[in-house]
Amino acid sequence: MSILVIAEHDNEEIKASTNNVVTAATNLEGDIHVLVAGSNCSGAKDQAAKISGVAKVLVADSPEYEHCLAENIADLIVAISADYSHILSPATTNGKNYMPRVSALLDVAQISDITAIESSDTFERPIYAGNCIATVQNSDSKKVITVRTTAFDAAQNDGSAEVVDLQESHNLGISEFIKEEIAESDRPELTSADVIISGGRGMQNGDNFKILESVADKLGAAIGASRAAVDSGFVPNDYQVGQTGKIVAPNLYIAVGISGAIQHLAGMKDSKVIVAINKDEDAPIFQVADYGLVADLFTAVPELDAKL
Amino acid sequence: MKILVPIKRVVDYNVKVRPKADESGVDLNNVKMAINPFCEIAVEEAVRLKEGGTATEIIAVTVGSSASQEQLRTALALGADRAILVETDIEVEPLAIAKLLKGVVEKESPDLVILGKQAIDGDNNQTSQMLAALTGYAQATFASELKIEGEKALVTREVDGGLQTISVNLPCIVSTDLRLNEPRYASLPNIMKAKQKPLDVIEAGSLGVDIEPRNKTLKVSPPPVREAGIIVETVDDLVDKLKNEAKVIT
Ligand SMILES: Cc1cc2nc3c(=O)[nH]c(=O)nc-3n(C[C@H](O)[C@H](O)[C@H](O)COP(=O)(O)OP(=O)(O)OC[C@H]3O[C@@H](n4cnc5c(N)ncnc54)[C@H](O)[C@@H]3O)c2cc1C
Ligand SMILES: Cc1cc2nc3c(=O)[nH]c(=O)nc-3n(C[C@H](O)[C@H](O)[C@H](O)COP(=O)(O)OP(=O)(O)OC[C@H]3O[C@@H](n4cnc5c(N)ncnc54)[C@H](O)[C@@H]3O)c2cc1C
Repeated sequence: MSILVIAEHDNEEIKASTNNVVTAATNLEGDIHVLVAGSNCSGAKDQAAKISGVAKVLVADSPEYEHCLAENIADLIVAISADYSHILSPATTNGKNYMPRVSALLDVAQISDITAIESSDTFERPIYAGNCIATVQNSDSKKVITVRTTAFDAAQNDGSAEVVDLQESHNLGISEFIKEEIAESDRPELTSADVIISGGRGMQNGDNFKILESVADKLGAAIGASRAAVDSGFVPNDYQVGQTGKIVAPNLYIAVGISGAIQHLAGMKDSKVIVAINKDEDAPIFQVADYGLVADLFTAVPELDAKL
Repeated sequence: MKILVPIKRVVDYNVKVRPKADESGVDLNNVKMAINPFCEIAVEEAVRLKEGGTATEIIAVTVGSSASQEQLRTALALGADRAILVETDIEVEPLAIAKLLKGVVEKESPDLVILGKQAIDGDNNQTSQMLAALTGYAQATFASELKIEGEKALVTREVDGGLQTISVNLPCIVSTDLRLNEPRYASLPNIMKAKQKPLDVIEAGSLGVDIEPRNKTLKVSPPPVREAGIIVETVDDLVDKLKNEAKVIT
């Protein structure tokens, strides 16, 4: 049997998280097929065909898939699921939205947010905000899995897969896209950035994030935030790093004015190098930081900026 | 409009749990239990819809052991009208919980079901979507704003890139994100009143669904520990370490 990977894309481009999931899929036995479901998605289709290790790209190009509404995508995936032993998606907000729907329709359990594959039926996944790692064995005939993308390297883009057009129409008509407010940014995406600088409640207001932006420009970094900074309205929700925000693992994570609550650590403690700047020497963030600087951020960050 | 709010009893979010020494599970001896924070947000949203005149009745439901009555009482103190415990002593997986909840949905015919987006113990983020699949209802997950407009719900969702707004037909399933609202604290008089509100107990078995687990937890181990780091004295030291020791900047 083959393995089906559901692509994350914006119709024009494939997101790097798809490449991470393809790498995860190479730990399983079988050809890897990638499903690109979208509308006017030939850009994404062409890129998917180049992902190394992919044998076949299935394309469902139709208006009802444009905004990845869970009801329609889930029905489509179920309709083509017969030949697959494993169905994998990245644990993005899209994947988290449609995959449990797919598994319930197939009457199988879902294994969420896996970080390692031990065998075709046994997986590791973090629970309790990453304070425990559970090894889970699943007995269903089909495995429906979401993948924590930071746990797997991205597959290269030097392949050339066969492309097959699907004639599948699934429009349940019970949900409708109205609008979206997607932040436009020249910075790298949080989940695939090499360097991240994040601000917390210690930043005091949204304006002060400018001092982080300047450092981010020099380091080619993405900007993140704690929940407190998002809840206080300093920055938008898509900046949130943590158990209930984005999970990141860059080479360098700089936490500024963040105390280091378990829920925040859950989202960044797999970073390669962690730097913490905090004026409270007892802040828990220092327990996970490789380099801690006990200082007022309003002097330390501009100084850091000047020295880069 | 009738609203059903499934809630879960979980370890309090301030508790840092550890695996048992023999790695057979999570050490939950004597830890503080609470209502899952996302479920609290779900109850609050339902109460606001009732206070605003949109909802007429709020039913809190949980699947679990009799100890979960404590969290149902919390939901009643926050403003739910009555509660249902679907009692079972086995640890039930999201698919089975969704099947049991579907049974409750069939009995109660709510117009709206509001769940938490994830429980902070299992961190599965599955139950609401599965319930939507099984009932055939539309789903609006990770909601940060909810408006009822006639036969539809207009929901703003927190997605990776920002915010998405969708319109879904009622009845529908909504799951809450953190910024949907800030839950109130239950007042003492309301806690007292909650003790008098109806709480029905039904046996999970009576709903006639298959709740056999499909996943077996082979072991629960601690995450890899990070080596303790160092405190640098100055920004110069920091830059030097990052360049020459960690080699993460140039
Ligand atoms: C269900 C649930 C889910 C959650 N999910 C998340 C999540 O996904 N992500 C997340 O981040 N949080 C999450 N939280 C919230 C989490 O528990 C903390 O409340 C939050 O992370 C705190 O943010 P903070 O560190 O910015 O703020 P605080 O804890 O208030 O810390 C601010 C820090 O800034 C320092 N500081 C202040 N001024 C200065 C200065 N001038 N110079 C230097 N340092 C300064 C202080 O010493 C302090 O350590 C969640 C909570 C719950 C209940
Ligand atoms: C270490 C460990 C081992 C486990 N092993 C097993 C095992 O071997 N077999 C097994 O079957 N289970 C096991 N479980 C339990 C299981 O993983 C989850 O706790 C359970 O499946 C529910 O998942 P969740 O709470 O993460 O669901 P989520 O989908 O994250 O919950 C989302 C929302 O669904 C609703 N909800 C969730 N649970 C309930 C409920 N009980 N009643 C009402 N509403 C609810 C709430 O509104 C909640 O906010 C284990 C748990 C742990 C921590």
